Amino acid sequence: MSENILEMHGISKEFTGVKALSNVNFKVKKGEIHCLIGENGAGKSTLMKALSGVYPYGTYEGDIVFEGSVQQFNKISDSVKAGIVIIYQELALFPDLTVYENIFAGNEIKQGGIVDWNRTIAEAKKMLDKVKLDVNPETLVKDLSVGKQQLVEIAKALSKDVKLLILDEPTAALNEDDSENLLDLLGELKEQGITCIMISHKLKEVISIADKATVLRDGQTICTLDAAKGEISENVIIKNMVGREIEDIYPKRPNKTFGDPVLELRSWSAYAVHLGRQVVKDVNFHVKKGEIVGVAGLMGSGRTELALSIFGNPKFYKLQGELLVDGVPKTLKHPSDAIRSGIAYVTEDRKGDGLFLIQDIKNNISAANLKRVAVNGVINDNEEVKETTEYKKSMYIKASSLEQAVGNLSGGNQQKVSLGKWLFVGPKLLILDEPTRGIDVGAKFEIYTIMNQLIEEGMSIIMISSELGEVLGMSDRVYVMAEGEIKGELSIEEANQESIMQLATQ
Amino acid sequence: MEFINEAKTLFKDNIRDYGMYIALFVIMLTFTIMTDGLFMSSRNISNLLDSTGYIAVLAVGMTLVIVIRHIDLSVGFVAGFLGAIAAILLTGMGVPFYITIPIILVLGIFVGLFNGLLVAKFGIPSFVATLAGMLIFRGALLQVTEKTGTIIVKDDGFNAIGNGFIPSIVQVNGLHLLTLILGVLAILLYIYSEISTRKNKINYQFEVVSKGIFIVKLVFVSAIISYITWILAGYNGFSWTVVIMLLVVVIYHFLTTKTVLGRHIYAVGSNPEAAHLSGINVNKITYIVFGSMGMLAALSGILFTSRLQSATTTAGTLFELDAIAAAYVGGVSSAGGVGKITGAIIGAVVMASLSSGMNLLGVGVSLQYMIRGGVLAGAVIFDVMTRKKRG
Repeated sequence: MSENILEMHGISKEFTGVKALSNVNFKVKKGEIHCLIGENGAGKSTLMKALSGVYPYGTYEGDIVFEGSVQQFNKISDSVKAGIVIIYQELALFPDLTVYENIFAGNEIKQGGIVDWNRTIAEAKKMLDKVKLDVNPETLVKDLSVGKQQLVEIAKALSKDVKLLILDEPTAALNEDDSENLLDLLGELKEQGITCIMISHKLKEVISIADKATVLRDGQTICTLDAAKGEISENVIIKNMVGREIEDIYPKRPNKTFGDPVLELRSWSAYAVHLGRQVVKDVNFHVKKGEIVGVAGLMGSGRTELALSIFGNPKFYKLQGELLVDGVPKTLKHPSDAIRSGIAYVTEDRKGDGLFLIQDIKNNISAANLKRVAVNGVINDNEEVKETTEYKKSMYIKASSLEQAVGNLSGGNQQKVSLGKWLFVGPKLLILDEPTRGIDVGAKFEIYTIMNQLIEEGMSIIMISSELGEVLGMSDRVYVMAEGEIKGELSIEEANQESIMQLATQ
Repeated sequence: MEFINEAKTLFKDNIRDYGMYIALFVIMLTFTIMTDGLFMSSRNISNLLDSTGYIAVLAVGMTLVIVIRHIDLSVGFVAGFLGAIAAILLTGMGVPFYITIPIILVLGIFVGLFNGLLVAKFGIPSFVATLAGMLIFRGALLQVTEKTGTIIVKDDGFNAIGNGFIPSIVQVNGLHLLTLILGVLAILLYIYSEISTRKNKINYQFEVVSKGIFIVKLVFVSAIISYITWILAGYNGFSWTVVIMLLVVVIYHFLTTKTVLGRHIYAVGSNPEAAHLSGINVNKITYIVFGSMGMLAALSGILFTSRLQSATTTAGTLFELDAIAAAYVGGVSSAGGVGKITGAIIGAVVMASLSSGMNLLGVGVSLQYMIRGGVLAGAVIFDVMTRKKRG
């Protein structure tokens, strides 16, 4: 048997025309902590999903060799049986069940078909000891902090005789103490012979804990760095992560002239009551007329929360600080207030809270501003068809007709409908949240072109994006967020991939 | 050839909408044949429509409630209770019927708004909130009728709503003249509105169906209206119940298809989060829909009390489930955002036709329930299948 517990050879995976992974090679030695690094969308999660059987054998190309033999996982339980357990960023626990029920969920200790709860509790205690979590196993999971919940997940993995533990951004939602505890624990598990793959954006963690680090970019393996050879350092990682030249898909704007601030935030904070934490902290922020302001940062850094707190606060955060539109202080209590003040927000989750999927293109485009085609509350059907048709044309929405249900369109066209809905309102400030997520290059270019046209017409844009290329290619100024705070403001001349990454991974 | 092809595509594209009409037609035809034409007799159709009234108006309101992903189980006993209050106002207190009716309708709106408050403000699942309402109003109905038992209503004006007919002016060959006039007016109005819609579309240079299909459609719908008018004119003409039912349908159809409010209701139903982010006040829509449901429940109570000419201790029992069944037969979807007013009314008529036809045939009650249950399940299966095909 080779000393590699896992070898992935030439893995390729395609999603309807988009290559998510191409010919990825990935080797993990037994008993090491191996970090997997890359930008959002680089293919890390896809690779791990192929490994764990979320994408069954045959839906990808290439071989997965685990403990010396080629594996053909058809479902997640197959990989679990082999000893591979993934812990996702979004924890898969049942909040209303107890700790011991969670640890053995799906893996119950049974005697003749009946659960033996006494033994379950006893076993759960052993597992909790292993992960050094000192809680009563009968506590409900929802009463534990996120850090402790993470440990419960690990205990659950240990109960399944895990050989290879995969952690997807385990510390993203943890505070510093909890993060440190977790990293210590991983070190101890390593002593016990458990191999660990960790996906992380926090480079400091990677440097402190990793034996090896593999960098993915655009679905390809870029390099594997070895700590023993002193190869793992922040600069090396960042260079390899972002290395590509910005392709010429960002259309240029000839004349850039900025006016007065359209929107300004002063000491702006938002507290999410349901999460029990501060999601936006003391933000000072402004957007000038005719400006595209990029908001960079990693997922969970508070960018979307910032946008929502501006856009009429639909999640009912407790807000503090001052918000000025055109220099006038405003209180926006409902998205309709924000719309009236000329602000529009194109959501990052177009299917979840952006579009009415069962309704047609026409109804979606006109939804946020029906008054435009109505007299005394009665809609003029013909006028509506005429005006929405113009948007369909000017935004290059490809569909068989205006009456096609939006749910049947491609992602790119859905995004254009989502954008069109807000242009129909005629805002002066457009907030775009991940405007090109999950759409192909052609549609991206069209959306960038539309953005530039809008700026020409005197609009301002806040663009939240995880794609650094896009942020650098389109923005006039960049804010970098992490942990709900603005960690830095960069002029477009100062901004480059390294400087942004440095601020975002602090 | 071209004409037939166009007709075919039109039919395929709209099979879901036409399905209900076809089902209704098949049911009516079957019963007519099986009863040797008795089913389609003037008297039976008139009775059938009158007995549909109080469920049909509930089904209209219920459709909108289901469209916004809620349910209202309280409407049956709200109707029963408010009907009893109407009887008490009329008999016990001598309030004239033209004042009683608005009072009852306003009370209904308040009841509906209270349900809306529980759902929108306190976030109680509508199933539970209105189940509580169902129990409360059942109790309230018993309370107000406890001492008197059944309250007999002797107000002729009020009783006419459920039993009376519009005045005839003169009888022509045994036919009801005003009914005929109204029928002709309806046809003219229909043709005028269709032609002006078509003209408007052509002015905007939009696609319209070919002239042939357009004329066939006009003739077909006009024929149906005249047939129904003719049948009703042969008995006592339009009853007040039918007039009220038509008014409710016309108003609600207009509200849901032509107005901003209607569009917002469907937006909330198809994606509440997106609706909220589009600046639509989701709570306000919830209040409006439940308020309208309450008002229609009150109307249902008025229709029922007037039809029986009395308020009974059990009035309203199971109305809510009949209304829900009618709404589902009419094509509403519990996933939200889908469902038409015209569908609700057709659903109500389908269910009433089944009862009426089976009564004429002397089918036992036990079998009747089973058949109606089967039809309900079948209608929803058809709906789900056709939706899958398209989606």
